[in-house]
Amino acid sequence: MAKLDSKIPKGPLAEKWSKYKSTMKLVNPANKKKLDIILVGSGLSGSAAASTLGELGYNVKVFCFQDTPRRAHSVAAQGGINATKNYKNDGDSDYRLFYDMIKGGDYRAREANVYRAAEVSNATIDQLTAQGVPFAREYGGTLDNRSFGGVQVSRTFYAKGQTGQQCLLGAYSGLSRQIKKGTVTMYSRREMLELVVIDGKARGIITRNLVTGELERHAGHTVILATGGYGTIYYLSTLAVNSNASAAWAAYKKGAFFGNPGFIQIHPSSIPVLNEYQAKLTLMSESLRNDGRIWVPKKKEDKRHANEIPEGERDYYLERRYPAFGNLVPRDVASRAAKERCDAGYGVGDTGLAVNLDFKDAIAKQGKKAIEDKYGNLFEMYEKITGINPYDEPMRIYPSGHYTMGGLWVDYELMTTIPGLFAIGESNFSDHGANRLGASSLMQCAGDGYFVISNTIGNFLSGEIRTPKISTDAPEFEKAEKDVTGKIKKLFAVNGKQTVTSFHKRLGKIMWDYSGMSRNEEGLKKALKFIDELKEEFWKDVKVPGTNNEINQELEKAGRVADYFGLAKLIVIDALNRGESCGAHFREESQTPTGEAKRDDANYSYVSVWEYKGDEQEPQLRKEALNYEFVEVKERDYK
Amino acid sequence: MNIKLKIWRQKNAKAKGKFVNYNLDNVSPEMSFLEMLDALNNKLIIEGDEPVAFEHDCREGICGCCSLYINGTPHGPGEKSTTCELHMRSFKDGHTIVIEPWRSRAFPVMKDLIVDRNAFDKIIAAGGFISIDAGSSQDSNAVLVNKEKADEAFISASCIGCGACVAACKNASAMLFVSAKVSQFALLPQGRVEAVERVQSMVAKMDELGFGNCTNTYACEAVCPKGISVTNIARMNREFLAAKIS
Ligand SMILES: Cc1cc2nc3c(=O)[nH]c(=O)nc-3n(C[C@H](O)[C@H](O)[C@H](O)COP(=O)(O)OP(=O)(O)OC[C@H]3O[C@@H](n4cnc5c(N)ncnc54)[C@H](O)[C@@H]3O)c2cc1C
Ligand code: FES
Repeated sequence: MAKLDSKIPKGPLAEKWSKYKSTMKLVNPANKKKLDIILVGSGLSGSAAASTLGELGYNVKVFCFQDTPRRAHSVAAQGGINATKNYKNDGDSDYRLFYDMIKGGDYRAREANVYRAAEVSNATIDQLTAQGVPFAREYGGTLDNRSFGGVQVSRTFYAKGQTGQQCLLGAYSGLSRQIKKGTVTMYSRREMLELVVIDGKARGIITRNLVTGELERHAGHTVILATGGYGTIYYLSTLAVNSNASAAWAAYKKGAFFGNPGFIQIHPSSIPVLNEYQAKLTLMSESLRNDGRIWVPKKKEDKRHANEIPEGERDYYLERRYPAFGNLVPRDVASRAAKERCDAGYGVGDTGLAVNLDFKDAIAKQGKKAIEDKYGNLFEMYEKITGINPYDEPMRIYPSGHYTMGGLWVDYELMTTIPGLFAIGESNFSDHGANRLGASSLMQCAGDGYFVISNTIGNFLSGEIRTPKISTDAPEFEKAEKDVTGKIKKLFAVNGKQTVTSFHKRLGKIMWDYSGMSRNEEGLKKALKFIDELKEEFWKDVKVPGTNNEINQELEKAGRVADYFGLAKLIVIDALNRGESCGAHFREESQTPTGEAKRDDANYSYVSVWEYKGDEQEPQLRKEALNYEFVEVKERDYK
Repeated sequence: MNIKLKIWRQKNAKAKGKFVNYNLDNVSPEMSFLEMLDALNNKLIIEGDEPVAFEHDCREGICGCCSLYINGTPHGPGEKSTTCELHMRSFKDGHTIVIEPWRSRAFPVMKDLIVDRNAFDKIIAAGGFISIDAGSSQDSNAVLVNKEKADEAFISASCIGCGACVAACKNASAMLFVSAKVSQFALLPQGRVEAVERVQSMVAKMDELGFGNCTNTYACEAVCPKGISVTNIARMNREFLAAKIS
């Protein structure tokens, strides 16, 4: 049975990582060439890892389901990436970022990992800058910073509202350089559908060639997943619509434990739903809350145009409830506050499911040009989608599913409970506890890829230098391929009447209604029942057109949705188990008289770690206790 | 509203394609163009037909996946916008919309509206990078960069690699794409070190992959969803000439 050992190095917080690095085992350069690494995912974490592992001399095979690594979902990140440079001289430090993340995550993250994420953040910015990422600059030529929700320093580096695109393109250029050198081979339009475990170690994957439908076997001495998050479980979310959890799910079913699946961040500001065919919700970056003020009318169901509502009749509810942080409270707090106002009848727009984000004061103070410089492309994007010009009237925003703090459980080395299987970036349960602070995911993804995995993988691979090339003829490959063939056949065989998307939409609605921003026992139990019923209906009545031997986007979607039924249940089971409110996870049973979240440290100060026991069996819960050695656990207060 | 569609259908790379007509009712002006296609596909699947294959992912104009040739223009009638950013309010009730894949010899059709744009990755791998290993970079503020230059580099860097420029060009030239990358690095001090080698290897790769020449018709700039300007091409030509004499 896999053991839950977080392998945290002993010693003072600030010395753990350097101590780890100076005592870990190394692989000499001649041996690196002989070691094959399978890396699934080419987002910021995957591309950064690919380029760095290539630079070190390993043999790396990289996979993604898009046509090119540059289109991974990381491209969509808007607001920025954090680092503790303290260029603003405003008192920032590794410790402060670490503290902000621990507090922001509502004391549900592992101290040592979080500190390391802060520690490598500066090297990450230097690396990206050196690669030619055009971060915003001051007139003097130095890098500019802005502040983000949940913190009081300016530590966020940005490239207009396209930071993710620019960071990913930087990492992708590094990956491309390794392709030229021959250390990295890129396999685009491939989807990993199964993990291959041989003698207890991760040794390969089965992929479907998305052009020919062919199943392919790829072997390596180790496998890294950098496959992103599962926010699309809500169907409507801010994620790229093809994002999915099938790779992580395959790993889970093969013995990798899943950490905190129920911790899903609902972002407070996306463009609200406009029509019933809507396929995705577009994020309006949190950075907008630096200058935009959030309000609703003081009068219920006030149908006047926003510009006609006088100042005295506006309720700037975040500034009212949280004077210290105002509009910059963390995401979970801002989302719940918006839901509270809308549920109480103060929401704006046709549906009443929206609040105003107003730039009037900022434009008056700083001028239109300054606002355009900072947010130009976001304003344009908003106008394209809604037809409304946000320079003239407030934006309308509403919360939507955005980021998954949960993911594959990993130890300090980012290794899962399957030896030789690593998970980096958003795919692991990582460093964000129960809530992620803005601009800290890009930071973690790039840090994991450039500076963490490149070290920790050596500690594992040093034990593999005598392992010959792994053969894809092994019976384990045979079986894995057969299982995938079986699943594909089964999907076609249903030959029912309803589309895959219609099932995904219904699953998303169950999850949003009962396992979204606000959860309670009764609702969660209902959700379990509804998911089971929907799953049954899916396997009786889903329609997958076409054949396997061609580009078949419906088949791709069907496989992902089929896996989502399992993950949806796991999320709900986790949410049911956690009877407290913490971070993004709000249990109605656990709140203060004023409606703030109430954490329960006595009973829930742990990571919930789930082990797969079979499709029809309940997963088994294990607990990784969280012992805070370096911070004092406090109530999270943004008032 | 009601929309008439004329869509290119092609089983695979080897098959011969043809236009097929469809009729779609209940299209709302709020729908995005791709949501309209989702609705069509929904209908086709339920009726037992094969849905139309098209590429998409972010659906917010940043990943560069979507790539439809709409009524004779890459990405359709929107100004500076991708196909996914286009909304049905740009069309009128009863309109006929013709949808084709990118047409270019460097981008072969794979199925229906999906083309193979792998050639772009090959050009980047030829030299579209700065050679710096993780761990060897200095402090970001050690080299100051003029704000205007940095902003200009950012604009060049904002290319999403969709290929509309190639699709719009009668010569199937990739000059706008390549020059945007060359410019981004040429404008930054970090990028100057390898400037000569970069422009030479990227241009050579572009020629090798069968992209055509630029004859200054500027159709590329007109359709670029990110507003990347042809001044990048002029800059690349200067860089290329300078590289020749250096
Ligand atoms: C709209 C939006 C804005 C955001 N803005 C910010 C921000 O400003 N700052 C910030 O820090 N964070 C932000 N985030 C979060 C951040 O962008 C993501 O958490 C991060 O980019 C995830 O990167 P990743 O490398 O883990 O995975 P991704 O970028 O999601 O990449 C996943 C990769 O895995 C591949 N893949 C997945 N499954 C398979 C499979 N089965 N087979 C083969 N390949 C597979 C995909 O092809 C892709 O290459 C934002 C998120 C969203 C949704
Ligand atoms: S789908 Fe990403 S740019 Fe259109």
